[in-house]
Amino acid sequence: MNLHLIVEVLPRLLEGMFLTAKLTAASVAFGLLIAVPLALLRTSPSSVLSYTIFLYTFVFRGTPLLVQLFLIYYGAGQLEWIRSSAAWSILRDPFWCALIAFSLNNGAYTTEILRGGIRAVPSGEIEAAKALGMSYALRIRRIVLPAGFRLALPAYANEVVLMLKASSLASTITLMELTGTARKIVAQTFSPYEVFISAALIYLGFTFLIVHVFGRLERHMAKHQQRAKLKNNSRSHRRAAAKISASQKVAS
Amino acid sequence: MTELQGFGDQIALGAFTTLRTALTSLALGIGVGLCGAAAKRSRVRIIRWLAGCYTTIVRGVPELLIILILYFGGTVALTTVFGRYVEVDAFAAGVFALTIVFGAYATEVFRAAIQAVPSGQIEAAQALGLSRFCVWCFVILPQMWRYALPGLGNLWLTLLKDTALISVVGLEDLMRKSSIAAGSTHDPLTFYSIAASLYLLFTSVSLVGLTWLERRADRGVRFAK
Repeated sequence: MNLHLIVEVLPRLLEGMFLTAKLTAASVAFGLLIAVPLALLRTSPSSVLSYTIFLYTFVFRGTPLLVQLFLIYYGAGQLEWIRSSAAWSILRDPFWCALIAFSLNNGAYTTEILRGGIRAVPSGEIEAAKALGMSYALRIRRIVLPAGFRLALPAYANEVVLMLKASSLASTITLMELTGTARKIVAQTFSPYEVFISAALIYLGFTFLIVHVFGRLERHMAKHQQRAKLKNNSRSHRRAAAKISASQKVAS
Repeated sequence: MTELQGFGDQIALGAFTTLRTALTSLALGIGVGLCGAAAKRSRVRIIRWLAGCYTTIVRGVPELLIILILYFGGTVALTTVFGRYVEVDAFAAGVFALTIVFGAYATEVFRAAIQAVPSGQIEAAQALGLSRFCVWCFVILPQMWRYALPGLGNLWLTLLKDTALISVVGLEDLMRKSSIAAGSTHDPLTFYSIAASLYLLFTSVSLVGLTWLERRADRGVRFAK
């Protein structure tokens, strides 16, 4: 282990990490944008719609991300009508190709995760919303999506970590993100241990950060359930009892 | 496009390598996963800690990076050991990397499955005087299998797709054969589409097989109607 080398290459690795973070965040954001409407359609009673979306998720979840990435990066340029269209300026750029492939892939997985969450929303809650006269849109916005997202959150956190790790594939189409930078440095210095293990540690730190943030978010979204537990707490019982007796004193 | 411009045999050969790599890693990975789950339930604290480190690290680092570390790192290590340049076989490095990754995820699946076995079963076995080894073989393993199957199935699908990553270090699998064909015919769209459909075929067949296995594992269980 050459510590001097690690210190020397760390700034370059951190630069690569910046691109990794950008790719991951953008893919997760676009993936979620794709997934929310698709998950709603996937759970809709229309079997044609549901089946079409199942086909999309099936294809993207059933093939390796590397194949999808290569199809978009190398394959799209082969079609004449894409080359002559305005989309070519986007599809020529490896960053956009990676972003499109990752977003579509992430969107497919997220659709299925959200579908699971939406299906797990207790039917009583939805019936109650109907009984209150809420319209379909209002029901989706206030009941189905928030409750479904909360139920899907643990699985979604895993998916975000998987997306972070999948972003390393961008290095195969010449993008200099964390893995790409590490590979380049290894090719120059031929000391794989120092460089790759430093990169691995940066990824690990990133994973911990994501897990931590989602853990907090989960706790934040489950606040109403924690309060229910507190009610049985003897201390709050006593406090409530004291409050009642105080108010009775004021009254008398 | 007759005979895929002569690349049909190559693609078939690549598909065979992909399946061979995936199945070898599956068999070894299940072994690693069982050992990992046993280590996580160990009475010795340091063993539990080591198993925890293993699963946390491997699950937090990209598979591609693990493959690169083992391939290039392995080459450097073997070169220093033997004193001359030794190149690691891509198949061996790939299987090793995938086994380590699969083993880490399988450890968690098996650990959860073992926890799902009613503790009364294990206590009853202990009360009957079965040794720890017998409890494992005859009580825990047969029963936890049913709980582990859905998670293990998902891992198998991931493993099958992860084999494509080994093409980056030169394993002549489906992915690499397709990209060689795509490069020499200047027709990436066709060849990557073929690769995608073959992977899709493998995962579809796996899904059917897994459903059958799950139904078979459930045959002794009564469900509320």
